[in-house]
Amino acid sequence: MPGQTGSTVAVEGRDVRYSYPARRRSDPVPPALAGVDFQVAAGEIFGFLGPNGGGKTTLFRILATLARPESGTVRVFGADLATQAREVRRQLGVVFQSPSLDHQLTVRENLVHQGHLHGLAGRDLAGRIAAGLERFALTERVDQRTAELSGGLRRRVEIAKALLHEPRLLLLDEPSTGLDPGARHDLWETLESLRGQGVTVLLTTHFMEEGDRCNRLVLLSRGTIVAEGTPAALKEEIGGDVITLTGRDPGELAREVAALHPELSPVVQDGTVRLERERGHELAARLAEALPGRIESVTVARPSLEDVFLRRTGHRLFDEKEDAP
Amino acid sequence: MTGLAAATLWRRELTRFFRQPSRIAGAVGTPLIFWLLLGSGLSGSFRLPGGPAGLSYFQYFFPGTIVLVLLFAAIFSNISVIEDRHQGFLQGVLVAPVSRSTLVAGKVLGGATLAWIQGVVFLALAPLSGVHLTAGSALAAAGILAVLALSLTALGFAFAWKLDSVQGFHAIMNVVLMPMWLLSGAFFPVSGAPFWLGALMRLNPLTYGVAALRGVLYGPGAAPSLPGPAVSLAVTLAMGIAAFAAGLLATRGGRVD
Repeated sequence: MPGQTGSTVAVEGRDVRYSYPARRRSDPVPPALAGVDFQVAAGEIFGFLGPNGGGKTTLFRILATLARPESGTVRVFGADLATQAREVRRQLGVVFQSPSLDHQLTVRENLVHQGHLHGLAGRDLAGRIAAGLERFALTERVDQRTAELSGGLRRRVEIAKALLHEPRLLLLDEPSTGLDPGARHDLWETLESLRGQGVTVLLTTHFMEEGDRCNRLVLLSRGTIVAEGTPAALKEEIGGDVITLTGRDPGELAREVAALHPELSPVVQDGTVRLERERGHELAARLAEALPGRIESVTVARPSLEDVFLRRTGHRLFDEKEDAP
Repeated sequence: MTGLAAATLWRRELTRFFRQPSRIAGAVGTPLIFWLLLGSGLSGSFRLPGGPAGLSYFQYFFPGTIVLVLLFAAIFSNISVIEDRHQGFLQGVLVAPVSRSTLVAGKVLGGATLAWIQGVVFLALAPLSGVHLTAGSALAAAGILAVLALSLTALGFAFAWKLDSVQGFHAIMNVVLMPMWLLSGAFFPVSGAPFWLGALMRLNPLTYGVAALRGVLYGPGAAPSLPGPAVSLAVTLAMGIAAFAAGLLATRGGRVD
């Protein structure tokens, strides 16, 4: 039913909650997930964007069937994670942030073991391995131990391994971490081509550029979803441009800007003054003229996902303390 | 499919082992040194109470040394359980459509196979210590070694699954498996031990495995004041099943990370 594929739900989470056990009873830990709801459509690249400790890794672990939510339900292609984990695992390819390769083994041996774990064997498996090696330009490395490979190559083996059984859903935890720009580019080409083949891709990231490349994403902060939508729609809510001013005394500068333009609401953030305004370049020029010597620098930028995050949470992507493993 | 998954995990244990020659050296070397030094040193000074005449301590200690080989092998192979967890390989297995019992079967059979191979290699040294092996006794001994290898590996697995560090695992093994071995009659016979120690030894399931092995190598009179070979074998088998069940049970809990 080609007309319906766009509307098929691949993953659905409802009121998902998870807490890590407290070290001491007197010292309770805030929940890693405080009731999150999300829906991932089949055939899209969907991102969980948030700082470390925001809850995305916990969510990843739940989706990978490695952790059970305290409450709430998660369905993957209709199968309930809590009761049909085995069904889910058949549909699932997982790329971990920490490697899951056995470095004592060669690339081929790693892939063969993976195939066997998924019930693949014989000519079928050999064909899939050959195709995977070809696709990820690993053919020449096939008899090398993975310990001898670079980080980028290892990630390629990881992805080839995760795709061996042709999963419908590919789950990746911080896939670009530790990759150089070239390898990152290749990774995204791979993800786009998988999407073209109808594979649903779900990834976690704390890079906003990566969030920008998702079809849709949610922003996670302190265990809750603070925003959801396409990158363009999320950034549109900012409206116009983001103007950032620096000066010797940001608080004083903000008051002066507010006195000049009562319709603006300048915010002091990390020693800078931030404004959101359409046609930001015109305002920037006027401010620079009106406050000579007070402003050390002015930048005018299109809003980024970071701005959306900042607006929704009041803090930056990298500010949050890491409080979950 | 379950068989294929277990077989692939089993195969991996073997591949890894034979790529690390230092492991082979450690697993066979340590008991060999124990046996040569303790056996020669104690041979001249001690006489076995109630044992068959003409059995030197060297010979007495031989079956116990083979069990020590199995014990070391079981401990070493289970370190990979902790390594797999730390290095990330385990998470890949856990998200595959493979049941926990398959995982336990693959890992434990892999480790047990390695332990068994090392035990059999050591068994081949028997003629050097004056132990006469026939085809029958060698085969029977190999069979007993297989059951013992499985038991000790499964027991080690149950602990390794629950522990986070290799150091902690070694510490636990030193207080669990080592005393089990010391009190198994490998080192000194039940017949000469004080009452309380003898009672502990009779409660130790490994005692019966060592006795069964000794019976096969030296004849039924070689393990005085212990039940005969049938009981020894039965206890050894039961221990194997119980240890495997403990391994399974260990993976059932909430821990999945």
